[in-house]
Amino acid sequence: MQLEFLLEQVVNGLVLGGYYLLIALGLSLIFSVGGIVNLAHGAFYALGAYVCVELTQRLGFGPAVVISPLAVALLGILFERFILRRFYTADPILSLLVTFGLAMVAEQAIRMIWGAAPVSTEIPQSFRGSVIVGDFLFSRYRLLILAVVAAILVCVWLLLHKTSFGRVVRAGIQRPDMVAALGIRLQPYMTAVVMLGVGLAALGGAFFAPITTVHPAMGADIMTIAFVVVVIGGLGSFWGVIIAALLVGVVRGIAIHFEPAAGEASIYILMFVVLLVRPRGLLGERIEKFE
Amino acid sequence: MTRYSRRTLLKASAAFTGASALGFPAIVRAQTEKIRIGHLTPLTGFLGVIGGYAQLGVKLAADEINASGGILGKQIDLLSEDSINPATAATKAQRMLEQDGAVLLLGEISSASSLTIMQVAERNKKVFFSTGARSDALRGKDCNKYSFHCDIPNTVMVNAVGTALMQKGMVKGKKFFTLTADYIFGHDLLKAAKTFFAAHDANLIGDELIATDVTDFSPYLLKVRQAKPDVVCCNLAGNQVTNLVKQYAEFGFPYPLVGFNLNTGDAWAAGAGNLSGTWPTVWYHTLDNPTSKAFVAAFSKKYGKPPENHAWIDYVTLKLLAEAINTTKSTDSNELIAYFEKQAQFDIGKARKAYFRSWDHQLVQEAYPFTVKPKDQMKDQWDMLVLGDAVPAANEPLETIYPTKEQNPCQMKA
Repeated sequence: MQLEFLLEQVVNGLVLGGYYLLIALGLSLIFSVGGIVNLAHGAFYALGAYVCVELTQRLGFGPAVVISPLAVALLGILFERFILRRFYTADPILSLLVTFGLAMVAEQAIRMIWGAAPVSTEIPQSFRGSVIVGDFLFSRYRLLILAVVAAILVCVWLLLHKTSFGRVVRAGIQRPDMVAALGIRLQPYMTAVVMLGVGLAALGGAFFAPITTVHPAMGADIMTIAFVVVVIGGLGSFWGVIIAALLVGVVRGIAIHFEPAAGEASIYILMFVVLLVRPRGLLGERIEKFE
Repeated sequence: MTRYSRRTLLKASAAFTGASALGFPAIVRAQTEKIRIGHLTPLTGFLGVIGGYAQLGVKLAADEINASGGILGKQIDLLSEDSINPATAATKAQRMLEQDGAVLLLGEISSASSLTIMQVAERNKKVFFSTGARSDALRGKDCNKYSFHCDIPNTVMVNAVGTALMQKGMVKGKKFFTLTADYIFGHDLLKAAKTFFAAHDANLIGDELIATDVTDFSPYLLKVRQAKPDVVCCNLAGNQVTNLVKQYAEFGFPYPLVGFNLNTGDAWAAGAGNLSGTWPTVWYHTLDNPTSKAFVAAFSKKYGKPPENHAWIDYVTLKLLAEAINTTKSTDSNELIAYFEKQAQFDIGKARKAYFRSWDHQLVQEAYPFTVKPKDQMKDQWDMLVLGDAVPAANEPLETIYPTKEQNPCQMKA
């Protein structure tokens, strides 16, 4: 019996990890191509949630969850074109400062537009409740999230590994000078990748809006967990982030099963252990300076 | 394209994130002919939303008092800041009393922060009116002469909901599972709940202590299902209540969810279709009496939304303080303490008047259980709750629902 409950926690942890993945993958992608740690990533997550709530009231949840990430991704174009682009070759401290500032501006902007009090929205009736398979219980809504995340992962992987677009992006990550020498302009690719990353964050926000408090500081909250995931996985590594996100979800579930009080601490302990053994993260690139 | 080491980036990111958590002190202005009052309340973190309401409430009270001539003929200079956390709250309280020249302090929602401000108040021998903190311990073993407590304590919230639940036959012989906030407030609330369960033949079959930064409750909900309780009981605080309520609706468990703590702001945030069950409250904007209605009208006019219970409590506290200062003609803390200990009565917008109990400085007042309105009967997004009858019943003394001296020993040093 105990084993079943534990397994249930593991499966639930995988689902939760899938959700963390949406946020962390975007963060990691933007870092890979631009070398920028986007501290404003959480702001796009919050924006995704708010736009989704707003659209849900007008169009219903289905269209809202599709349109809101796309709308926020369009903002991502402006973000890349007018802000990030100036910092690709600059001192990373500058891009940290500017994205950090932007996160604060975005939070205040949300406060001004929607107010400081949280806005509320609900899961559509058809996705409420849980599904029981054998002895396992799943939230119907989280299964939907899991399915969407899995589909997105496949798409992103195909995009990066099976298309000419992906080849240029990957080449750009490894040897930007060589790509430029071949006469390929990297800028449009950068824009597209930033759009993708920002859109993923917004999708995460849109999906979580019905089951969490939608408030102006929600972006800052999610950044903590996103950083834990990318640090464990290795910033910039596609598979590293996936493994780390799932690991974080599962470790938390198991910790809460056995020792609830250590639930939140467990993921930081995991991060600590990983950093001790592999300072670059599980699948991150080797950092000469530290190893 | 990355010329700098990743570790440098991460370290710097962490530093920036850390820096954002620190508050910046307000610029101190030199003012002589005004009476300065310090107000602290969390504007960030899991209590930030309801703290925002508290700040709007106290500002409205200060504006109204100033518009009608101030106190002792002087204008109130309200210094209202984000208390952030217990350590910062104490530092700011200290600064307000020592450097900014505040004559007294009020505010706070977090029981942990309230406790540290109480200690500062006692050291400085200035009164502090803890407006929104609910831990019994603050007015029990941790009480001190300089601290007054305006919100209902945990025991009262448990009694208010417990009484309503007993009427529905949901207590005797039932199995309860509690989810409790892991800090002084939650521990205290759980203690009050356990006392109640023991006194009324209910069984507590499981309890989970939950850190205040948890936003996803799914692993805990799986444990709830494993325990198969009759009633699930939420002893959380701030927007954690909202998160739990939303995720509880998501999982769609058959066990009713009730709670011993909820602020109306968190109920509104949970949304109409998510909240159900029976909960306690200290005040709601539909209360039908002149003082309450005038406050709701003024607040709604000024801010474009109805007030939340923390807006109300910070508002009435400053109002009754002004009344006390005008009556005693003094802002001296010792004179105010003497006045309040005479159990002077105040109209706080409820059917019965309230007073500070002399031996533990608790504002004794009515409380209410509430249930949730069906969605199709709501007039607007704020019209969510149906208030039950005030507890204690009209023919019983107010103090019957408050902790007794045995339950909540308070020894004030002279």
